[in-house]
Amino acid sequence: MESQRHLKPLDFGSEPMTIELGPQHPAMHGITRFRCQLDGEVIEKMEADIGYLHRGFEKEAENTTYINVIPYTDRLNYVSPLINNVGYVLAVEKLFQVEVPRRAQYARVIMSEISRITDHLTCNGASAMEVGAMTVFLWFIKAREHLWELVEEVTGARLTTNWTRIGGNANDLPYGFLTMLDERLVKVEEALNEGEALILRNKIFIDRLKDIGILSRERAIEHGFTGPMLRATGVPYDLRRADPYLVYDELDFEIPVGTVGDCFDRFLVRQEEIRQSIRIIRHAVEKLPPGDFHCRDRRVWMPDKYEVFNSIEGLIDHFKIVMEGPKPPPGEAYHAVEGGNGELGFYVVSDGSGHPVKCRVRPPCFNYVAAVPEMTVGHYVADIVPIFGSINMIGGELER
Amino acid sequence: MTLVIDLLLNPTIQAILKILVIVLGFVMLTGTVLTLMERKWSSAVQDRIGPNRANLGRWRGRGTLHLAADAVKSIFKEDTIPQDADRLIFAIAPFFSLFAAMVVWAIIPVAAPIGSFRFQITDVNIGFLLVFAVTSLGVYGAVLAGWSSNNKYAILGATRSTAQMLSYEIFLGLSLVGVFMVNGSVTVSTIVANQGQYWFGDVIPKWGVFTQPLAFLMFFTAMLAEMKRLPFDAPEGESEIIAGYFLEYSGMRWSAFMLAEYIAIVGSAALTVTLFFGGYQVPWLHGDGFELFGYLLPLPLFIVTALQILAFVVKVVFFCWLVILIRWTVPRFRFDQIMELGWKKMLPLALANMLITAVWLLAWDHWHL
Repeated sequence: MESQRHLKPLDFGSEPMTIELGPQHPAMHGITRFRCQLDGEVIEKMEADIGYLHRGFEKEAENTTYINVIPYTDRLNYVSPLINNVGYVLAVEKLFQVEVPRRAQYARVIMSEISRITDHLTCNGASAMEVGAMTVFLWFIKAREHLWELVEEVTGARLTTNWTRIGGNANDLPYGFLTMLDERLVKVEEALNEGEALILRNKIFIDRLKDIGILSRERAIEHGFTGPMLRATGVPYDLRRADPYLVYDELDFEIPVGTVGDCFDRFLVRQEEIRQSIRIIRHAVEKLPPGDFHCRDRRVWMPDKYEVFNSIEGLIDHFKIVMEGPKPPPGEAYHAVEGGNGELGFYVVSDGSGHPVKCRVRPPCFNYVAAVPEMTVGHYVADIVPIFGSINMIGGELER
Repeated sequence: MTLVIDLLLNPTIQAILKILVIVLGFVMLTGTVLTLMERKWSSAVQDRIGPNRANLGRWRGRGTLHLAADAVKSIFKEDTIPQDADRLIFAIAPFFSLFAAMVVWAIIPVAAPIGSFRFQITDVNIGFLLVFAVTSLGVYGAVLAGWSSNNKYAILGATRSTAQMLSYEIFLGLSLVGVFMVNGSVTVSTIVANQGQYWFGDVIPKWGVFTQPLAFLMFFTAMLAEMKRLPFDAPEGESEIIAGYFLEYSGMRWSAFMLAEYIAIVGSAALTVTLFFGGYQVPWLHGDGFELFGYLLPLPLFIVTALQILAFVVKVVFFCWLVILIRWTVPRFRFDQIMELGWKKMLPLALANMLITAVWLLAWDHWHL
């Protein structure tokens, strides 16, 4: 008895510590909250709590015309707003069954790929910054700045682009844009090489990202992963190839895939996708056909001013579009595009009136955030940062 | 007049004057200027302009006024203490860090002694052992601050800084054993004076970095960890635990932590220079002038001393710059990776270095190589 009492471990009354990461926290891009239960620094349990950036996009869309929804879509994934614009109008065009001229489609591809590059640069730069490589982040942001100036050249704004329209684009690619694009892409490639030279052979960086936040291929599919997160696990699933929209089936590019699906694979997949996007843009510029930047369908596109002032049909069409908005036939349409983060889907239901009955967004990072606890449990607190950085959660898209 | 001379000859008065000149005149100044230079140098690395907005009317002084702006801001900012904090410990913790960072300067010589007058606050016979003893106190600043803040993030920072201290202190001490063996002394003045000797007929100075290159690498790594700078800033880990142990601090107490960090940079740079880069020694400069390959360029004593002080300052600033450059180049270790580095890689390396040095010295003695 005596010896047993002697062997009893000292009781300090210790218990696991519960710590709230967020909603205001440097690692939580935007605002999300993670409640972690820690044993020392090892995460035992974790709950993700989202909804701090909910702005009611879907409800807002129901109360406005189809065209007026487009500016709201800018604010979904706010690091690649043009892809959202394109995704939404593609869904609505499916509803209208309108055909967009090929030049407009090529322009949409070029702008989408520019947005994809900005998205990946932001994500990878932020991932690097959060493990301490601040310099890489600023270099990538500098590269992104070159691209945002291009976007500004075309759309007039850096973030609130509002560029696509139902049946076409707001304007054609401006004069001199293609030369400017060429120069900027070279600069982006330079920045990529510079940044990679600084970190990709750095032991500290690799150690911080390798084997962190692994999610197996099966679990990733079960969670509904898409985009770079899924490709990092080795599944070559890319909507641009799997379900080609616009003119992606006419363009050359490859789908980079990872092997194990850790943070390092995600980083590399995104880096390679930037290069592939540059390739797509160059190919698209090469093949860019002449023609109109919008369709001539009177249901969605306003008639020329000449017709408005000189014919009664033109005046009526103009009046109907301005006052009531374009009215699609009753029905429903779902269209998904390969967003910066993965499958960005828009589901639009119409009852024949001027505004959507329902406009639902399928945000890619919702599934990722749901899987964060599974990826982080068992890792250190410091690992939350690269894991959360690698999923590239965008509050505007996640919580709409 | 005689009273003034008497006072100046009094060793206590001399020590106080040296403290004022070295600590206030050089250390505080360099530490403060480094806060600005860090921002300027980092902006150069990152293709930015850096701070340049503080102004007096039209005069901006390339950002130098930000020093004054920062000081004024931190003095006038409210010094908040969290409700459940341990008020006394919370209040004094920053000064542990500041104290530990400054005490290093007690033993650093800035120029060769002239007669009995030393350009050094004190030349204690335990030398660098004092440095080890005092700098390890610096971690108390972090631990007490983290503990007394009563904040979970701060406690995580405090534990991390303890874990970090446990991993670097060992190889920090062991890495220097080789240096002590080579010099046969732990006294600072001896070690620096020995580095004034030459190898291969007056060509290569016998600096510590040439006699103990491995020790230099380990010591410099340990010093980065001691300063809690990247890649070893896990205790602050701004992206995951926000600011770590000084999360709850504001105003002047926060500034005390920041200042302690920058003074520690200057102090560590000075230690590195003193141990491995000849301290105040200028290559080929002897007491009576430059001498190389038998040619002599005579110089008066005061110029020699001035050159030595200048050389010391230049070397220290170079290492401050290096530390800042490293910060903006590499990412951050995780704290378990720091422990792994300390215990699995650096410790065996330090022991091997000790063994090799010992064998070498024995062989040298035995066969008169």
